Amino acid sequence: MLARAADSMFWLARYMERMGNLARLIEAAQLMAGLSSEAEEWRSVLIAAGCDEPYFATRENVTPESAALYLCCAPDNPSSILNCLDKARINARAMRTALTRDMWDAVNEAWLHARGLTPKDFAPAMLPDTLDWVRTVTTRFSGAYQTTMLRNEIYWFTRLGVFLERADNTARILDVKYHVLLPQESSGVGGMLDYYQWTSVLRAVSAVRAYQWVYREEVKPWNVAELLMLRPEMPRSLRRCYDEITASLDEISRIHGGRRGECHRAAGSIAAELRYGRIADIFQAGLHERLTDIIDRTADLGGEISAFYMR
Amino acid sequence: MREIFDEMNGADGEVRAAYAQIAAWLEQTPAATLRAKREEAERLFRRIGITFAVYTEGGDPERLIPFDIIPRVIDAAEWAHLERGLIQRVNALNKFLADVYGPREIIRAGKIPEDLVLKNPAYCALMEGVSPPGGVYTHVAGIDLVRTGPNDFYVLEDNCRTPSGVSYMLEDRSVMMRLFPDLFAKAGVEPIARYPEHLLRTLRSVAPPNGNGEPTVVVLTPGQYNSAYYEHTFLADEMGVELVEGVDLIVKDACVFMRTTDGLKPVHVIYRRIDDDFLDPKAFNPDSMLGVPGLMEAYRAGNVALANAVGAGVADDKAVYMHVPEMIRFYLGEEPILNNVPTWDCANDGALAYVLDHLEELVVKETRGSGGYGMLVGPHASKKQRADFAKKLRALPANYIAQPTLALSTCPTFVETGAAPRHIDLRPFVLSGADGVRIVPGGLTRVALREGSLVVNSSQGGGTKDTWVLRPQTQWQSQSQGQG
Repeated sequence: MLARAADSMFWLARYMERMGNLARLIEAAQLMAGLSSEAEEWRSVLIAAGCDEPYFATRENVTPESAALYLCCAPDNPSSILNCLDKARINARAMRTALTRDMWDAVNEAWLHARGLTPKDFAPAMLPDTLDWVRTVTTRFSGAYQTTMLRNEIYWFTRLGVFLERADNTARILDVKYHVLLPQESSGVGGMLDYYQWTSVLRAVSAVRAYQWVYREEVKPWNVAELLMLRPEMPRSLRRCYDEITASLDEISRIHGGRRGECHRAAGSIAAELRYGRIADIFQAGLHERLTDIIDRTADLGGEISAFYMR
Repeated sequence: MREIFDEMNGADGEVRAAYAQIAAWLEQTPAATLRAKREEAERLFRRIGITFAVYTEGGDPERLIPFDIIPRVIDAAEWAHLERGLIQRVNALNKFLADVYGPREIIRAGKIPEDLVLKNPAYCALMEGVSPPGGVYTHVAGIDLVRTGPNDFYVLEDNCRTPSGVSYMLEDRSVMMRLFPDLFAKAGVEPIARYPEHLLRTLRSVAPPNGNGEPTVVVLTPGQYNSAYYEHTFLADEMGVELVEGVDLIVKDACVFMRTTDGLKPVHVIYRRIDDDFLDPKAFNPDSMLGVPGLMEAYRAGNVALANAVGAGVADDKAVYMHVPEMIRFYLGEEPILNNVPTWDCANDGALAYVLDHLEELVVKETRGSGGYGMLVGPHASKKQRADFAKKLRALPANYIAQPTLALSTCPTFVETGAAPRHIDLRPFVLSGADGVRIVPGGLTRVALREGSLVVNSSQGGGTKDTWVLRPQTQWQSQSQGQG
């Protein structure tokens, strides 16, 4: 398989996954709106999306409208939903031959539809519908690649992109909670506001029901963290993502007659920590520190994969 | 101008036999249905992403080439004649290329002026003494044909470098079959779907001996911003070979490799869709970012095959074109089956005077122009346009040739007012390998959608049609099902 093809498929998958994640993040922020200072909630979402710095470089205030517009379609935000879709299609077009017809349809039809969207579609009245559409785009792409691709290298690089992006996203969403400062006058940790904020984190990863099925008790911070970090049955948990990442890397290595590199070691090491880690220890050492560490190492892993396979 | 030949309707109002089914179908189908089908076709093309990028003119950079839903029909006997003529012509062109980069017998025999070949910008001195496998230079040739009467087909030009359009030929057919399956069930249309298979066999036939089984074939594209990018992906996909860009290839010890996730893998045949100038920055344009440094060295060493060969363009120059009938006589000892359009070479003083005197009835073309640019269609030009062109012509006469304005045949085409005649041409694709010539029946029919227009180029408002070559009557009459 061409090194450039692996790169294109990896990034195609990442951008498709990223746009879905952004939609979830914005939906969660909308649900939180009104619970505390709106500006605070949206600021935390900008941080989670990794674009607080560029946002404030050209803007002073955070309003729900401006933040949502920025995350959805601002031309100066390279990671906006529409820019993700654009980049996804550029990667898809660069490697048309690696995509199945269904995958191409999923990307191209979304792109054609997006060409007709206007800022009005991202205004508060229309935003929920538009975000629903974004999620169906990601889901359709996911269904298309899983049901139509040959299980060859191209497939495993696509999967690698999906789960690396998802791991990064889950860690960031969980970390949002750290950035949302609890107002002094509220009852603080364990209070009603705290409860709603943790619930909104669950909502951002579509896991409210899953939480109930797994824990059968009210929402508690350490349970939420455990669900999103360590539980293998949770499809967006770090543990699940890293199991998929190592499995994909193993498959690729097997196809290449066992050739392995630093990316295999690094992925395996993180996967093992997640597999054998305990949530109590993580809270003891500091949830934010642990999450920051995983976000950094996930980024490094992306670089190692690229260096080993894509040049 | 002579009377225009309508391919469907005879002068007596009778529908020609080949079009009987099309005429009946047009008669029976309400215009609203045809309109709906046309819209469906457009949606299909958008969805597949068959767009033609024109970046220089503003507007939507991903434009659709208009597709017309009324097929163009050629009967079995007409096609048999065309096919023989095409094979003959392409054989002569390949022999000409082998000759001019080798012994130059045709020049020594005084049949073609030496300067026309050796001073031609498409002539590539690096190719002297290189002998590509099978003696093939133009592996994929697109020969543009026009029709002016029942038995009058002319070759308008030869395209020996990287002719495009074959993906439209194939997609037009598959969209037609999807929209009108019933029509094919009755018509007895020759299938064309094997083109990609033929192309792959042709490319493999010219692989250098590599000793380890199947040669690796790749399609080399300038990338997704090239106007024909869709076609490059389509052909790579249909052949099941890698689509590579220059950055994916590397030359080591005069051998070509591609960069894969599992290290470097050897490449044996490159179907390149990059022009000569950009192919190798070491040998040609040093600024080229699209090419592969050292590729010419590997090619000259015989370690990789390029299709089409470097320097093949010297055979499709519009001034060289005039000599193709002579090539056929010289190399094959046969009379040309397909006619050339009578052509005046403006480099010649007498011809120049004639052309200047008759501008209002001639088509004048730049010898190195393409895509319908840089040409004057005399009868359609204003006085001022003709006067301006005459100045250019006097300044650099050798850059121009002139031909009579041909009355291109018309075919019914679905326009706003319903089915109406529009001018068409035909580009069959001729594949030449070390093991012989292959042609799928038909080719790409281009149609000038504007009423009266003779310019069929897609960059100038031309569209395309499905092209039907009918099977010989006896072969299909007994069969109830047709196929595409």
